[in-house]
Amino acid sequence: MEWETVIGLEIHAQLMTQSKIFSGSSIAYGAEPNTQANVVDLALPGVLPVLNVEAVRMAVKFGLGINAPVSQRSVFARKNYFYPDLPQGYQISQFDLPIVEKGHIDILLDDGGVKCIGITRAHLEQDAGKSLHEDFAGMTGIDLNRAGTPLLEIVSEPDMSNAKEAVAYMKKIHALVQYLEICDGNLQEGSFRCDANVSVRPKGQKELGTRAELKNINSFRFVERAINIEVQRQIDIIEEGGTVVQETRLFDPDKDETRSMRSKEEANDYRYFPDPDLLPVRISDDFIEAIRATLPELPEAKKQRFITRYGLSDYDAEVLTSHRALSDYYDQVARESNQAKLAANWVMGNLSGALNKANLEIKASPISAKQLADMIKRIADNTISGKIAKDVFEAIWQGEGDADGIIEKKGLKQITDTGAIEGMIDEIIANNPQQVEMFRSGKEKILGFFVGQVMKASRGKANPAQVNQLLREKLKG
Amino acid sequence: MHTKSLSELAADLKSGAYSSVELTQYFLDRINRYNTALNAFITVTDESALSRAKAADEQIAAGSAGALTGIPLAYKDIFCTDGVRTSAGSKMLDNFIAPYNATVVEKLNQAGMPMLGKTNMDEFAMGSSNENSYYGVVKNPWDLARIPGGSSGGSAATVAARLSPVATGTDTGGSIRQPAAMTGITGIKPTYGRVSRFGMIAYASSLDQGGVFGTSAEDCALVLTAMSGFDEKDSTSAEHAVPDFSASLKDSLAGLKIGLPKEYFEEGLDAQVEKSIQEAIEAYRKMGAEIIEISLPNTPLAIPAYYVVAPAECSSNLSRLDGVRYGYRCENAKDLTDHYMRSRGEAFGVEVKRRIMVGTYALSAGYYDAYYLKAQQIRRLISEDFQKAFETVDVIMGPVAPNTAFKIGEKSDDPVGMYLSDIYTISVNLAGLPAMSLPVASVNNLPVGLQIIGNYFDEAKMLNIAHQYQQVSDHHQQIPTAFDVTRGGE
Amino acid sequence: MSLTIEEVKKIALLARLALNDDEVQAYSESLSDIFDLAAQMNAVDTTGIEPMAHPQDISQRLREDIVTASDEREKFQSLAPATEAGLYLIPRVIE
Ligand SMILES: [Mg+2]
Ligand SMILES: [Zn+2]
Repeated sequence: MEWETVIGLEIHAQLMTQSKIFSGSSIAYGAEPNTQANVVDLALPGVLPVLNVEAVRMAVKFGLGINAPVSQRSVFARKNYFYPDLPQGYQISQFDLPIVEKGHIDILLDDGGVKCIGITRAHLEQDAGKSLHEDFAGMTGIDLNRAGTPLLEIVSEPDMSNAKEAVAYMKKIHALVQYLEICDGNLQEGSFRCDANVSVRPKGQKELGTRAELKNINSFRFVERAINIEVQRQIDIIEEGGTVVQETRLFDPDKDETRSMRSKEEANDYRYFPDPDLLPVRISDDFIEAIRATLPELPEAKKQRFITRYGLSDYDAEVLTSHRALSDYYDQVARESNQAKLAANWVMGNLSGALNKANLEIKASPISAKQLADMIKRIADNTISGKIAKDVFEAIWQGEGDADGIIEKKGLKQITDTGAIEGMIDEIIANNPQQVEMFRSGKEKILGFFVGQVMKASRGKANPAQVNQLLREKLKG
Repeated sequence: MHTKSLSELAADLKSGAYSSVELTQYFLDRINRYNTALNAFITVTDESALSRAKAADEQIAAGSAGALTGIPLAYKDIFCTDGVRTSAGSKMLDNFIAPYNATVVEKLNQAGMPMLGKTNMDEFAMGSSNENSYYGVVKNPWDLARIPGGSSGGSAATVAARLSPVATGTDTGGSIRQPAAMTGITGIKPTYGRVSRFGMIAYASSLDQGGVFGTSAEDCALVLTAMSGFDEKDSTSAEHAVPDFSASLKDSLAGLKIGLPKEYFEEGLDAQVEKSIQEAIEAYRKMGAEIIEISLPNTPLAIPAYYVVAPAECSSNLSRLDGVRYGYRCENAKDLTDHYMRSRGEAFGVEVKRRIMVGTYALSAGYYDAYYLKAQQIRRLISEDFQKAFETVDVIMGPVAPNTAFKIGEKSDDPVGMYLSDIYTISVNLAGLPAMSLPVASVNNLPVGLQIIGNYFDEAKMLNIAHQYQQVSDHHQQIPTAFDVTRGGE
Repeated sequence: MSLTIEEVKKIALLARLALNDDEVQAYSESLSDIFDLAAQMNAVDTTGIEPMAHPQDISQRLREDIVTASDEREKFQSLAPATEAGLYLIPRVIE
């Protein structure tokens, strides 16, 4: 039987506000436990929530970023359940009337095609605290610093049909929230988290299969692995005549398996109802337009500009716009060097490689966009060859200065003086009569040998194009 | 001192007839003497009362006193008071020392009013008789075998017995008006949003509203002015200017249009209570008011709608009481579920558990539309009834309760019967309107309250109307004889 | 309408309330009475009527994004049944 996979993602993006969504506590990461939990976050008797305007602004920004309508009237609801890291005994979230309605985002497929992924909704809600399961004399510890941190929950349509698409979508949203500066995208600290709803069905079947919800998968790599493993698990179950149960499952990266979370003692019944402590949020056109005016160029628009203005391929433009900082960096290198293609090759090639190796973010690059652009200019005007440029790049990386200074100091300037190159060629031809004979008898491949000899003699500085041309002339005799 | 109005007390304090410390001590002495019989206080804060009184005296001496500086009061034990136990009448919060002040408490502290203590109440404000308190039943000062009304029964009994000149209360379905009526004092529940709910332990958030008990409309006006106003900590508080509610007390009532809803005078209303209400209305006619019969056709649906909406909200509001961060915790829980179930099961009383379960059921999958949503729709119909009535009348009058205070224990086995006695008060909360009760008669030595219901933010007019009645009547000056013994030398 | 013992037990679990058998029995009776009372609402056709969640038709105020709280952990944790190392302690949660 052929199987079809259906995947929908729920992404929780922690919003980069200063204070919590309904209280004046800080949301800074890493504080001592429970030092950032005030009367509201602790749900003391009598306290009331007051909504943070910045959280609303950020949600609206996201709506504009996915071309979704922003609701003029949205409502906060209580999702009721008991859990020790949920101090109120309910989570303030949105149910019937979310702040952002239907939108969409395009992902690039492996075959170069584009797929449009629907976004059902995005809504504001508060985060829970943390349960620390290390043993405290047989007890569990609760830290409520995170309780009340603003989250934007972004719910996709079940539009993805394999793990790769899910990762591509997740990366797209990850890039977008960072472009919009509404989320720092830090997966390790949990500011960007993903749950995946996964089901399989026989190819061609209309109705969806029973889904499992994979919780809190905190890296792109794990999302792909978790989904693939879960898909196989479900197919195995069905092929062996069993049925998939709807449940929440955890991915265990160490054992490479997904497993059922401790079965709930009763079926969840969240008893959503409008939070009587909060009034409907009304968002005016003026409010939305003021936010629209502050929007940066978004990934999709930037990608199109890179393609048309810089003549990049779809793929290169996609890669270079996958992170805002990367796209800004490339944009500057391309503009200042006026060599868009070369700039793309260097940014995606040597620079990315070096950053990866050093485990650095583009923002922390030891080579500034200006320095890289200056170096590329020297390649373009033949001051240095591409090969020598690698040494120059390394020197800039090591902090030895700018390209021009390094070229000067190390004498790396390309030899373009015909006379000097001819002198070297003449000497090499005289010393290698046998090879000259081979060339003349038609074995033109031997040319490479001569080029190598000249480059060696010039210590790499001879202009390769010139060397080629002069060698051919002289070897023909 | 216990027979004087707030403005008389303020004048005496200013003239130096006695100090705030003396005045405060006087009421503490009365509490000391009479509280055992009434059980109106859960906590008496004599030390802090006297130290605040001392500070008030300094303010008075410095000439910077306001209208309420130095006059003591009592708070319903539902208002959080920093450093003082705030129990909400529940075993659950018996050990809860509030770490912050409710906005109302902040405001009245600002006004210079020393707190005498925290008054008894139905657990989490759920009740109409004050029989649902972990701290025991409160007695009605007019007849110690009877209930004082609820849920703010402790505050009402306190003011009725003159153990405090004024006291705060909260009203979710009648919890200020009904005990005021039962104990023969004046109580006002302002428009929803007028008084901040921050720090007032929530029963049903969309219905709860803080207010005040006094012996007269004049006293209530003074305190209500001080406790009202927009609060940025309460999203549901109203950004609506607060007038000086005392300023218009003397306005003439000539031409006032009073609506009498015919549904408030139908079957179920005690004949003698009805007669008392009719007499009071007659007095208003004599003052120049026009009496118009109106209809609030959805009145019979108010009780069913209320007893879905209020429990639904309370079932969620009370979820935070889980024994994790504060409050009661059961012993030796065998796991987390056991911890939750026993902490809550052992600490909540019968009625609280009942309402939590009603609300849980009304919101649960498959029942939400039939109960919760339906009730919210009916709520709109009820609210529209009132708006229609206010197109033709200025205020609405009627009884507060169908009967005078009943005997302790009389209705405790009949929750539905108890709920039905809220018939005249509950619609007001569903609509969010202001309403008050003032004493207008005594039937078999038990007080009868007249209810005045106003349109949104019409508290000034209602207080004016009540005050005018109190100029021609002395019902509000009646004190239960057992509590009218003055201290030697006064 | 009448609520069965099983239904009352289910609600009590959802609401996290431990009840003994007598209580369950008593609540099944009083809850049934209350839902009979609630059923009176069915007398009115409410089709198309906008549910009213708040007494007044006003909208949510928004708060500036400013940190106003400071660390008061010690004060707050003095209220707690059990704490250690700044954490609130609860019976062990097994995941
Ligand atoms: Mg959610
Ligand atoms: Zn699209």
